Amino acid sequence: MTTWDRFTETFFNAKVMAKYLPDILSGMVVTIELAVLIIVSGLFAGLVLALLRALAIRPLNWLIIFVVDLFRSLPPLVIIVLIYFGLPAADISPSGFVSTWLSLAFVLMAFSEEIFWAGITSIPKGQWEASRSTGLSFGQTLVNVVLPQALRLTIPPLTNRTIAITKGTALGTVVAVSEILGQASSAVSNSYNPSPLMMGAAAYLVLFLPVVVAARWVETKFAWKR
Amino acid sequence: MIEAFFNPEIIAAIWPIVLAGLLNTVLLSLIVVPLGLLGGLILALLATVHHPLVRWPLMAWVDFFRAFPPLVLLVLLFAGLPFAGLELGGFACVAIAFFLNTGAYYGEILRAGIDSVPAGQVEAGRSTGLSRLQAMTYIVLPQAVRNVLPDLMSNTLEVVKLTSLGSVVAVPELLFQARQAQSLTYNATPIVLAAIIYFLMLWPLVRLLSRLENRALAGRR
Repeated sequence: MTTWDRFTETFFNAKVMAKYLPDILSGMVVTIELAVLIIVSGLFAGLVLALLRALAIRPLNWLIIFVVDLFRSLPPLVIIVLIYFGLPAADISPSGFVSTWLSLAFVLMAFSEEIFWAGITSIPKGQWEASRSTGLSFGQTLVNVVLPQALRLTIPPLTNRTIAITKGTALGTVVAVSEILGQASSAVSNSYNPSPLMMGAAAYLVLFLPVVVAARWVETKFAWKR
Repeated sequence: MIEAFFNPEIIAAIWPIVLAGLLNTVLLSLIVVPLGLLGGLILALLATVHHPLVRWPLMAWVDFFRAFPPLVLLVLLFAGLPFAGLELGGFACVAIAFFLNTGAYYGEILRAGIDSVPAGQVEAGRSTGLSRLQAMTYIVLPQAVRNVLPDLMSNTLEVVKLTSLGSVVAVPELLFQARQAQSLTYNATPIVLAAIIYFLMLWPLVRLLSRLENRALAGRR
């Protein structure tokens, strides 16, 4: 047996791979579910916070800024561990899945609020004044004049952040979520062979590489004019 | 409530454990941030070679690490390499994973910085007799770094936060130590304490960044 054969036998063992393929696939489903939940709820909450901030109610804005800063400062893994291992002391026991979802959604909320807010503030005051003077209400101005321009500006930084945070679904494995990495790790310890880990790695690339390539395209399409 | 989340007796008892973790987190950051910057600098300098044979593999390399979760990379090194007869230990795995992963991110930022310096600057420098390397070191890089400083700082914040992944491969940094203390005391206080420490340590940087970012986006119009 050559070294190369031994290498493939160890890291790309066909028998082991066939056996654990269903586990990895079910892990992919969990990862996708988590990712979709995080993106939808995180971006929605971030936009709501940015809109609330546009109302310019002082104490409310301080609260929003504090919450945003908090979730930008804390490492996502610390938030996950805090929710999963900490909350049971208050008689709330969220599952690993819920802990991971909530944590990463909070993080995405914080980052996207900042980006949405920067987009909103980048619209010159004159536009607000012009549309208000034509008889549009505050809400109409925000929705019909400011947001369409602001959102376009936010797309490149938002895509990057969203990808970076969504990749964090792998952290769920620390609190026993059976997503890709969790499935792969337990398969490795059951089979005493690293092939499932290689499959898991491939699964992440299958999911995220197209998104990264698409993001590159979006970045050039919506790039800020220098 | 206070008993379960912020117990003064427990804080007094586990304080040294958590403090040791904090020191290790600072040390780890002082090692992995320069490592990532070094990796990024190598990639950004390679990107100045505008040959397709360099450009395409480089783009693939960067995209690969942007798509690959850092924790998966870390676990792959930590749990996979021993099967190839290579047992590196948690710390070395963290260092390698950060060099690769954060290097790709720093590389993209530095590349954008280098691109933002007009070509005339290099030409002017070269015409005064500077070599390519000298023009890069003394003319392009200082301006490039200044132009992307907010992005570099924001990425550094992410890198420091990412050191918490070390806890998964038993590197005794802040989160790992806090979880050890938690399992000793059966109480959530150590983790709350760790979270407060992370927040106090990184909040000033977050505040600063938020100001810089708002100004940058507003200035684009």
